[in-house]
Amino acid sequence: MKPRDTIELATRNLREALLRNSLTTLGIAVGGASLVAILSLGVGLQRFASKRLARTGLFDSILVTRKIDFRGLRHLARAPAKPPQPSRPLDSAAYAALQRLPHVTEVYPQIRFITVVQFAGHDYTTAIAGVPDVARHSDAFTGMEGRYFSGPQAAEAILQISLARQLSAHPRQLLGRELDLRYAERQPLPGGVGGFAIVPKLERLRIIGIISTHPVFGFGGFLPGRVFLPQRLAEQLRVAQISDLRNVVRGAGNGRNYSSLTVNLASPIDVPAAEAAIRRMGFRAFSLQDATRRLNLVFALFDLLLGLFSSLALAVASLGIVNTLLMAILERRREIGVLKALGAGEPEIKRLFLMEAGVMGLLGGLGGVVLGWLLGRGLNWGAAIYLNHKDLPVVQVSTVPWWLALGAIGFAILISLLAGHYPAARAARLDPIEALRYE
Amino acid sequence: MPISPTAPPALRTEAVSKHYHLGSSVVRAVDQVTVAIAAGEFAALLGASGSGKSTLLNLLAGLDHPSAGAVYVGERDLGAMSAAELARYRRQTVGMVFQNFNLLPRMTLEENIELPLRLAEVEHGERAARVAAALERVGLKSRPQHRPAELSGGEQQRAAIARALVNRPVILLADEPTGNLDSASGRQIMELFRELNRELAVTILMVTHERALAESYAERILTLQDGCLLPPEPRRASEGGPA
Repeated sequence: MKPRDTIELATRNLREALLRNSLTTLGIAVGGASLVAILSLGVGLQRFASKRLARTGLFDSILVTRKIDFRGLRHLARAPAKPPQPSRPLDSAAYAALQRLPHVTEVYPQIRFITVVQFAGHDYTTAIAGVPDVARHSDAFTGMEGRYFSGPQAAEAILQISLARQLSAHPRQLLGRELDLRYAERQPLPGGVGGFAIVPKLERLRIIGIISTHPVFGFGGFLPGRVFLPQRLAEQLRVAQISDLRNVVRGAGNGRNYSSLTVNLASPIDVPAAEAAIRRMGFRAFSLQDATRRLNLVFALFDLLLGLFSSLALAVASLGIVNTLLMAILERRREIGVLKALGAGEPEIKRLFLMEAGVMGLLGGLGGVVLGWLLGRGLNWGAAIYLNHKDLPVVQVSTVPWWLALGAIGFAILISLLAGHYPAARAARLDPIEALRYE
Repeated sequence: MPISPTAPPALRTEAVSKHYHLGSSVVRAVDQVTVAIAAGEFAALLGASGSGKSTLLNLLAGLDHPSAGAVYVGERDLGAMSAAELARYRRQTVGMVFQNFNLLPRMTLEENIELPLRLAEVEHGERAARVAAALERVGLKSRPQHRPAELSGGEQQRAAIARALVNRPVILLADEPTGNLDSASGRQIMELFRELNRELAVTILMVTHERALAESYAERILTLQDGCLLPPEPRRASEGGPA
């Protein structure tokens, strides 16, 4: 029998016992709905966690440093034959080369230094940090009082609340006021001589924001900043740092040399390829991809457990299919005999019953996806009310991606076919003579 | 249609037996029956209730397997056929008609008659014409959308004959086709069988316990008694039955 005829006969048979088959299909739908709703929670939470982590700038960034040979004198004494290869400097040329890599959105050095700010005639020693452009799109400054930098070179500052409280008893009133940043500028010596001069400088900054948290963006470094400047402005200040002294000792000249650079990419997916390319360029590269992979593994196991538990409902519903089809065999015993007398073989009878199970599985799976999606919407709605009540940002706890919907339908069909296998085999094995005698 | 004495048999059995075990006793439903039905012949199988007529018919239809002996269709031994080949044999070579019609009550006549065409994987476009032709042949052309329950017994049996014929079988096996019909309807069915036998050269083996009908229409009468075939009673339908 052609597939089209098998489908037509199967759907006709299902329509004949509409109430019973609808209830069985509803059982599959409820099982499917529980599977979809529970897994959608797992997916929703995974997406939420991934999104939050991605917005820290840690998972789409690579920390690039020079390859430095740390082998000591003792090592040299043991293997004198092979001197260490000179490592490639992390200079302006390297900076430009990194910027040219595919999917790179920003390359920036870590700028952190301790200096003095003056406000209302008082000096305050504090830590300054440059903030890269990518932080604008991250969660780093969420919940900040005031606004974000107007541009990458704007003479503006965001203060950490602890410093702001030192400057004023009413931190909010600092917004719009100015403070002076005093720092040591590194200036090259005339005539291209190695080394540099230190020149005291002052930069007037407008306070535009006050943040209560310690914002995280990229790898940050060890020094928590209390005054945040736009990255490009911080670079233009040419503040003398410890690494400048090291570069002078190494004879690196007066060009820019960086102790490290952070490469930001469009997506965490782009990190492995970029990391490999950077290593091929002769630098050390470090990313949190391994951590991400482990996180995904944890979520995959979490989803698997959720899936297993929620599949139980579908497994129970599949017993309904066994029952329904066994009832159908009893009712249609004579019909099976007639079909065999007319030339239907065991495979045709088996396919017919399996098709009936498959159609119930398909309809149940479709219904399950719709019900599960509605349940997920309900969960999101309930979560939004609760989080609003607690003054927390609203989170979408349930998400039904296309693969979950298709997977749930496929799984419902598979379970139904497995459940239908025994009744179908039993129907196929019926003795046609006994079946024809059946009243 | 006169049968040539040299015509090859459409069906034949060689010492075919079917035994059932009921506890310690053995029921010999069919015992050592050797018979040949020529191609194009209209034969009747007579016998009292429980004489083994239907069992023999089921053996010839390939619905049952003999305990001993062999059943041949043409030159092929049904016992040597696989399940798939037997199913194909029932689809393409034989048509079956039953005493209680066995039409599927939830299908229309058209759909009932289309069933063998579905099983034989006949192209969709060809089916309507073949169903219409079969309905016309049995005089039910105007009732394709009726369900079996809306028809008289005679009409239902005619519809069952149309279903048996729609795949153009060369052999028609009928198990008490008039058993549930009044005498007028029974005669109509027998007339239809005679017409099919004469016009389409369909070989017919009809199981019945109505001797008068058998003698009126069949060309040869075979009699079973306690599973054994009695000596032949050759008759010509034209000798005693309505012409």
